[in-house]
Order: sequence, then structure tokens, then C-alpha cells
Amino acid sequence: MATTVLGHEQTLPAHGAKTGLWSWITTVDHKRIGILYGATAFFFFLLGGLEALLIRIQLAKPDNNFLSPEAYNQLFTMHGTSMIFLAIMPLSAMFFNFMIPLQIGARDVAFPRLNAFSYWVFLLGGLYLNVSWLFGAAPDAGWFGYANLTSKQFSPGLNVDFWVIGLQILGVSSLAAAVNFFTTVLNLRAPGMRLMWMPIFTWMSFITQILLLLAFPVITVALILLMFDRFFGTGFYVPAAGGDPLLWQHLFWIFGHPEVYILILPAFGIISEVLPVFSRKPLFGYAAMVFSGIFIAFLGFGVWSHHMFATGMGPIADTYFSLATMLIAIPTGVKIFNWLGTIWGGSLQYKTPLYFALGFIAMFIIGGLSGVMHASPPADLQQTDTYFIVAHFHYVMFGGSIFGLTAGAYYWWPKIFGRMLDEGLGKLHFWLMLIGFNLTFFPMHIVGLLGMPRRTYTYPAALGFDTLNLVETVGAFILMVAFLVFIYNVIKTTRGPRNAPADPWNGATLEWSIPSPPPEWNFGQTPQVHSRDPLWETKRARGGPLPEPSPGTGAGIHIPNPSYWPVVSAIGVTAIFASLMMAHKTGYWGVIVAVSILFFGLYNWLFEKGYSEFTTEH
Amino acid sequence: MSDHAPALETSTGLDSRKLAIWTFIGSECLFFATLISNYLVHKQQWLTGPGPFPHEVWTDPATGKVLEPIIEIPLVTVGTALLLFSSLFIVLALYGAQKGRRGMLLGWLGATILCGLFFVGMQVYEFTHFVHKGLTLQRNMFGASFFVLTGFHGTHVTIGVIWLITMFILALRKQLPSTRSLNLEIAALYWHFVDVVWVVIFPVVYLIK
Repeated sequence: MATTVLGHEQTLPAHGAKTGLWSWITTVDHKRIGILYGATAFFFFLLGGLEALLIRIQLAKPDNNFLSPEAYNQLFTMHGTSMIFLAIMPLSAMFFNFMIPLQIGARDVAFPRLNAFSYWVFLLGGLYLNVSWLFGAAPDAGWFGYANLTSKQFSPGLNVDFWVIGLQILGVSSLAAAVNFFTTVLNLRAPGMRLMWMPIFTWMSFITQILLLLAFPVITVALILLMFDRFFGTGFYVPAAGGDPLLWQHLFWIFGHPEVYILILPAFGIISEVLPVFSRKPLFGYAAMVFSGIFIAFLGFGVWSHHMFATGMGPIADTYFSLATMLIAIPTGVKIFNWLGTIWGGSLQYKTPLYFALGFIAMFIIGGLSGVMHASPPADLQQTDTYFIVAHFHYVMFGGSIFGLTAGAYYWWPKIFGRMLDEGLGKLHFWLMLIGFNLTFFPMHIVGLLGMPRRTYTYPAALGFDTLNLVETVGAFILMVAFLVFIYNVIKTTRGPRNAPADPWNGATLEWSIPSPPPEWNFGQTPQVHSRDPLWETKRARGGPLPEPSPGTGAGIHIPNPSYWPVVSAIGVTAIFASLMMAHKTGYWGVIVAVSILFFGLYNWLFEKGYSEFTTEH
Repeated sequence: MSDHAPALETSTGLDSRKLAIWTFIGSECLFFATLISNYLVHKQQWLTGPGPFPHEVWTDPATGKVLEPIIEIPLVTVGTALLLFSSLFIVLALYGAQKGRRGMLLGWLGATILCGLFFVGMQVYEFTHFVHKGLTLQRNMFGASFFVLTGFHGTHVTIGVIWLITMFILALRKQLPSTRSLNLEIAALYWHFVDVVWVVIFPVVYLIK
């Protein structure tokens, strides 16, 4: 039974409209879903950035009262939660969606409707978290949600409820997407593409899916226990009831540490695509890159307690977690040297994606080094809960993930939208971002070591924090300008002509072999893969660049039909969680209605004409 | 499946739906591992309520009355046995589906569903019985972690029963010929997984003191 049934289109009417709102709501095309992910995540990224700017205004001078302590708590909690779950993860998902099928030579993902479902659940979960602002009850216990800050006793309001429920909804989206992409990468590779011939971005994304599959169930249970504590009066995290607040920290970081690799591995993959193309050299040490990625992911499950040195776990646990953490520097170092080996002696093409990729390497090294510093428990005890930690994780999350994702945006923009972004504005964006980023986050190392605590809404004058904090605020506004330049670039070039050729950068991977933007059916002919850099191989064999590919007519190619059942099911899932949160006020009828919506959506999904073997005529 | 839909070869030779259910099961392992860990961490920690041990005779501190042990092994053992047998039954049902023997398919699938229903019913009875004996979700940490662990397992069994009933109706309507037996195979994989999880939970919760 070595087959996959995709339904068939011959007996069905033509595939609905290609434009308009309804076509976007019902789309199951991985490319359109990728664009939806990107646009939504960029919106949440701007929202998270706005929250950061408000925080920086508050901290610009000592004893400031621009924000109340309560508002400050809500802003830093929502900033962290949004940037991780609503910005960086879905921005990576945008590239998974758009690029993985193209890189492996597939027509779509394995389960196109499940893919749409993942997006809609993500959108609804993101909106759910942010609707809390309208209730004046945005989450305020930090993105890490430590017990017993989150207990009913200390957080009686709706704030933490919105956070718990919002994260549960987003977890459904991540898990559904992870099952889908794991299956897609393993099963839908073009004929001839061995695992060790896969593009490196696909490889790193594949490892990311494994991390998602294994890490998200743990946070799901941690959040379930918190839900029981808050909604049903259990005491899993309540010491007075026999529970243990540290259990939350363990469960959270068993998820939370793999999560940081979920955030960074896709960026590693993007950088590993950009550097070879703009150095005109194959990736140095491909196999070492793949295996160091796997090794990082594996170690990522064994180091969670380095987030918990301050809890006093004793010398044996401290020693183990310290050593295991330092071990991660080895595969990460392997990656960095391989990137350097890739550009070494290369014929560098100084285009915007290369700028961001090089910026990534430099910034990520700084973040990596400060990470090794607090792998040591004695050093960590000085640094924990200070701005030094804030500096560290912004160097890896912003200096790493965001620089990498931005490199990917400039690199793949022509493929996705068929238009080249302006090079001059792109480089301006880069320099503003590099300067603004370092002005914002480098001084945090210093104020952190001077003892400035995190998560505190203000600081007194005369502690030596004033000037550096003002510099940080100025830096944050430069970052804002950097992204306004990016937005201007997008608007300007969108008004211009469709000027992107199929292969503007002399790419090595299959996505550059088809027109920009790709036709709905991706590949007119299923590509045959004979090497690791298939497009370079083809160009070498031909002795020069390839002619512009024709998109073909798509005749005879099966394309999955649009479907609205993923949206209905996504509404059902969201409604189940929302009704649970409201159940103690409204009763349980809401849950019953919500479960009915989900079952209605799922059964219509499973037996949908054109997809299901059970209802499709033949 | 050649008669009704264009089929694509997959890179692994494994059907994508089958690979996906295996992937999902892998992820679910972590879900139950975390719940079981939570139970093991908490089962000895109670400050109030039935104690000192759910397997032993205990004295209600409020009334001074001596009460029976909370946990009763015989009933759960029957439920466990039926759940284990249902894994065999669904293998026979799948064999029937693959060979196109509809009677065999319907009979064994029906038996599987009955076992599942008995198990869920057993759990509903057990939960209400425990509550009557004074063990509630809020009473102590044993109660909380017990109900959450076995409750989520019971929810998985319930979803499995609904899934199998759907398959049963399809089979009744002659819509589950041997060419579509993969649909039952996927449901069976999930059913086996739910059984295997119980094989861990049963000794951990009921047998080990």
C-alpha cells in the first residue's frame, strides 16, 4: 500500500476563484498559506515591537512613571510571548510552508487542509492572546509563567487565564503543523533526493519539527496542570496543597530549552542556504552541518535545568547541567566554522541577504559566548535575573533568529512575490538594524553586570544605569526606523513591475528552477534529483545560466481543492478552549457547543468530496 | 487504490497518513510520559484527605471512622484485560477488512468497540465511586494526579471508541472494502497505542505501592 491518495479533480468543478477574500480563507495552497503566515506573523512582530518601544520609553530615564507597574508587567509578558509564539515561530513557519515543498520538489505538503487548519488555529490563538488587552487583562506573569505567580491566589484575574488558554490553542497549531511537515519531508521528496541530498534549510526545518513534536506535549501537560489549578482548584503548583512550584519550572524548561532551538534552527538553515549562494561555493561540511544540527537538538533536551541554577538543585545536578550546556558549544562552533569555511575564498556577491547572513554570524557569536558564560553556575548566580540575561537572549533571538529570518526574507522575496526588493533600501535596513540592535542590547550586558534587575518597571537614579538605558532606548527607536525602511521597501517595490527572474541569485536548489512567483502547481514536471545542489549541477552541465522556465499550463496536474472545513475546525478548537476559560461563569453548555462545532468540522473534513475515498465518485 | 484516485509514490514507500499517525503517536508518548511523571512525583504527597495510602485501610480524620482502601483492583483488572483483548480483536477485524471478509470485520470490530465502551464505563463508575469514598480532584495530590492521568487516558479511549464506531458504520454501509482497509489500520494503530499506555498506567497506579 505504498501510495498516497490525494483525491482527484477530474470529476469536480474547476477550483473556485483565485482571488478575493474567500479564496484566501479556503485556500489549501502551501504558498498562499505561507504568505498568510508571514503577513500575520509580521503584524504580531510589529505589535511585539511596539510593546518593546513602550517598555524602552518607560526605562529611558530613572524613576519614570510613563507606565504603571501593572501595565509594565503586561507589556513585557506580551512582548516575550508574542515575539516567541506569534512572531519568530510563525515567521519560520512561513518559510517551512513556502519553501519546503519547493525545495524538495513537491506539489504541496502531505496534508494541505491540515496545513490550512494549522494557520487558522495560529491566527485565532494569536488574536485570543491579544484580545486580553481589550479586557484590560493582558497576561502579566512573564512569558515563562512561573508558579506561583500564576496561581489563583496571586493572579486572581483573567490575565493568566488568557495566557494559559492562548498558549494551548497555539500548541494545537504547532503540533498539527509539525506532524504535517515531518511527513512531508520524509515522504514527498522528488525522485532521487536522498536524505543527505536535501537542501540544508529543509534539513534544519525537519529537525525543528522533531523538536516541536517532542517538546510541545510537555508544555501542553504543564499548562493542563495549571488549568486544573486555576479552574478546578487542584494544587499541582501550590505548596500548601502538597504541590511543588518547581515542577512547573522543570516542565516549562523541558519544553523551553528545545523551544530556543525551535526558534534558531530554521535561521541556521536559512543562513546555510544564503552563504553558499552568495559565495558561489557549495556549503562547507554539509554532513557536519546536518549532524551538528541533530546533535544540538538532542542535547537540547538534556540541559533544561541550566535555567534553574538559582533554585538550588545541589552540586551534582548543577555540574551535570553545566557540562551538558557547555557541550552544546561544540556542535554550534562546528556550524560557525563551517559557515566561515563556506565564505572563505568564495566569490562574495555583496547583496542584502549576504549582509544579513554575515550580521547573523557576528551577532550570534556574541550571544553564544554570553550563553557559555552563564552555563557556569557560579557566574549564572550573579547574572540570573539581571539585564545580562536579557542581553544574551536578545543576541541569540534577535541577533540570531531575526537576522536570519530577515536574510531569508530578502533572499526568497523574489521567489515568493516575483519582485526584487530594492538593494539600496535593503542595505540601509541592514545598517540601521545592526547599529540599532547593538545600541539597544549591548549596554544591557553592562547594566546587567552592574546589577540592574529584569522585569522591574523602573530604577532609581544614581545607580549608574541612567545613560546606558537612554542609549538603549535610542537604539530601540533606530530599530523601529530600520523596519519602517523595510516596510517602505516592500510598498515601493510592490508598486513596481514584476521584475524577478526565476533565478536571480544563481541558486543551487530546486525552488529557483521554476518561475517567480511559482505557478499554483509548482513544478510542471516532477524534477529528478541527482546531486546535492541540483540546479548548479544542471547549469554546469549546460555550461551557463538556464533560460527562463515556462510555468506550463498545469493541465492534467492534480491540485487539491479549496476547503472551508479547516477554518470551521479551527474555530471549534479555539471555542473549546475559550469555553473552558469561561465555564466557571457560564456553565459547561459552551464546551458542548464548541465540541459539536469541532466534530461537525472534522466529520465534514474527513468525508469531504474530492478528498475522501468514501465520498468521491468514481 | 488504483480504481478511484491518482496515487503518488512516496519517498519512504509508506502511506503518508500512516506515517503521520506514527508521528502523532510519537508525540503522544511525551504527553503521557509527562502525565505519568507528574503522578509519580505527587502520589506520595498528601497533606489532607484519604491516606496514608490509597491501597490501604484508612481512618477519616474528621469522623474517626475506619474506611476501606480507595483503590479496588479487581474491577480495574477486568477492564484492563478487556482493553488488552480488544487489541487482539482489532487485529482480527483488520484481517477481516484486508481479506474482504465483512462478517469477520464487523464481528471483531464490534467486539473491540464493546470492550472500549466497557472500559470507559468502568472508569466512569470508578470515578464516581472514588468521589463517594471521599477522594475528589481537590482532596489531595494523589486524587488530583490520579484523576488527571487516568482521565486523559479515558478521553483518549473515548475518542478511539468514536473513531471505531465511525469505522463500524462505514463497514455496515459496505464502504470499507479491502482496498480501503488502510483507514481501519490507522485507527487500529491509535487503538493499540492507547492500550499500550494503559499497560504502563495500570501497574504504576494500581499495582505498585
